[in-house]
Amino acid sequence: MPPDAPRVALFVTCLVDLFRPSVGFAAVKLLEDAGCRVEVPEAQTCCGQPAYNSGDKADARALARQVIAAFKGYDYVVAPSGSCGGMIIKHYPELFETGTAEQAAAQELAARTHELVSFLTRVMGVGKVEAQFPARATYHDSCSGLRELGVRDEPRQLLASVAGLSLREMTDSEVCCGFGGTFCVKYPGISDKMLEKKLKHVQATGADTLIAGDLGCLMNMAGKLKRQGSSVKARHVAEVLAGDYLTPPIAEAE
Amino acid sequence: MDMSGAAFPDNVSRALADGKLQYAMTETGPRFIQKRAKAREALPEFDQLRDQARDIKDHVLANLDVYLERYEARVRASGGQVHWAETPDEARAAILGICSKVNARLVTKGKSMISEEIDLNQHLAENGITPVETDLGEYIIQLRNERPSHIIAPAVHLTRDQVEADFRKAHTHLDPNRDLTEIPSLVEEARAVLRQKYLAADVGVTGANFLIAETGTSIIVTNEGNGDLTQNLPRVHIVLASIEKIVPTLEDASTILRILARSATGQDFSNYTTLSTGPRRAGDLDGPDEYHVVILDNGRVNVLGTEFQDMLRCIRCGACLNHCPVYNAIGGHAYGWVYPGPIGAVVTPALIGIENAAHLPNASTFCGRCEEVCPMRIPIPRMLRHWREKEFERHLQPAAMRWGLGLWAWVARRPALYRRATALAARILANQGHGAGRLASVPFASGWTQNRDLPAPQGKTFHQLWKERRR
Repeated sequence: MPPDAPRVALFVTCLVDLFRPSVGFAAVKLLEDAGCRVEVPEAQTCCGQPAYNSGDKADARALARQVIAAFKGYDYVVAPSGSCGGMIIKHYPELFETGTAEQAAAQELAARTHELVSFLTRVMGVGKVEAQFPARATYHDSCSGLRELGVRDEPRQLLASVAGLSLREMTDSEVCCGFGGTFCVKYPGISDKMLEKKLKHVQATGADTLIAGDLGCLMNMAGKLKRQGSSVKARHVAEVLAGDYLTPPIAEAE
Repeated sequence: MDMSGAAFPDNVSRALADGKLQYAMTETGPRFIQKRAKAREALPEFDQLRDQARDIKDHVLANLDVYLERYEARVRASGGQVHWAETPDEARAAILGICSKVNARLVTKGKSMISEEIDLNQHLAENGITPVETDLGEYIIQLRNERPSHIIAPAVHLTRDQVEADFRKAHTHLDPNRDLTEIPSLVEEARAVLRQKYLAADVGVTGANFLIAETGTSIIVTNEGNGDLTQNLPRVHIVLASIEKIVPTLEDASTILRILARSATGQDFSNYTTLSTGPRRAGDLDGPDEYHVVILDNGRVNVLGTEFQDMLRCIRCGACLNHCPVYNAIGGHAYGWVYPGPIGAVVTPALIGIENAAHLPNASTFCGRCEEVCPMRIPIPRMLRHWREKEFERHLQPAAMRWGLGLWAWVARRPALYRRATALAARILANQGHGAGRLASVPFASGWTQNRDLPAPQGKTFHQLWKERRR
């Protein structure tokens, strides 16, 4: 690694940490391949979005302060999630009073924080990856990444360079899958209806692999696919771009 | 339909199990979306117009008293009268007073959400006056004694078959063997029935899309022309509007009109854009003898200057409903009151109290599509979140959720403890998965597992593995 390589802190995200470390390692590989020096700050847990979206601003603020402190000094902060990335980039500055030093710190962190795939393309100038992944895939646009961070073409561009992978668009790829954090357990009926519609569109493409950039959405969709007995495999975009087809798909066994 | 906020979960269950509703929703939803997308694409300045429209309304809201007074003076100058109503009661009383003065028996009505807000039809009927809705969708739901399920398409929740049955039940004077299998035949029948009403009506009530301060004009847009007949044929025309419908000039209204229909139905313009200013003047060929404007507040001024003020920019186009995956899953009636969909979830708590609408701001995934398509750039998700903050402050959320989240946040603020807790959880859940990679049921997680499996963790947390591999 050259000495002037950017120092990138990985914001692992709580779901990747707990459920699917392979996404984190795929992210590390992609960042290192792009010429970054990757570190994982110890003091990170969660971005605080569940508290923020539940109206608990005090806890959200406390967790934001923790993240701001833990990620001080790095050139960039990168998360394999548009949702957690969106929280830090769009919402942290809203948590603090205008004009305060805390808000300035939140804005400073927001300015160097990125969602993984868009960081690779926009900041590191990555145009293609050296990876193999045999799949007929379709890509779901997770809401936060798409609408808060404008991530749409980036994953498609990089996926197009993966050897052995073909991508077919589903109808309504930009419509929510029904996850929505605590929404999916607070309103399971509505969530399930949205999920069924989404998976109908997935199935209609004939794809054998469903790719998305957020583990929350993926766990939601994979959990339903398996409940339905579908053979469609769910994968995080980082794993596909890193060529990690050996790790079992989400919600599937070794 | 129970109109109290607590009924939301029951309303949702019923809506999800209602096959006809589900069929009706899948038929119409995507059509609006495609049409709006096309209309937007064909107008390069669409997004600039949205900025202008937002700025116009922001300016109005910052100077609302000035423009309302100016509007009132112009209405008076053109021979009309303005009636201020702070509450639904006052609005109803004002309208009933006007109707009683002319001994009205029959009132025709153009489409008005404010009329729904004050339950005008019921009030008129209780006082011996027959209200007749003239917008086709409104007419259908009046026959069914229902509320609109959509702001611009009140009967969107119904199938053609249901409407045919309603017409056969209501129009008993017509040949029972008539053919009503095609939608145009239903439209024709409604038109013929309504034509008689226009001619017989004593008073016509319309809503207003805009009130123009510089001219004292009210503007309505319709696709059926029913608004024109409602306001021109009877002797008395009553415009029923809320305070935030005001814009300074006709030019401002035309700016907003350019994005209204495009956002709503994907039309460049609605079929009819009707301006009315005062009663019939000497020499006018038609128009009412009396022109009244009833302007309702109903709690809107309380929103001014708060974090919820932006909701008052809404022009009731319905784009947020059309694009909302939650609305499309459950339809409008499940929301329980007058305004459904994302904007309803923002407006309803403001008008009837958050304690009476506690579920509405929570029933959103924050997917952001509403804000993306809103022609007035209303930050709907942000305001939904503000409502959740109010609920949190007032302890209105379920205790279990509150405690659960509180405990989680307490642990998450202690990284070392959190590490140990997650490592333990990852191991237990992974073992529970028994090598299947997923769990079909998990204690305390039935909300998740009733409809889907829970993917099992891979066994160790990322942080554990990172330490092992990188040390």
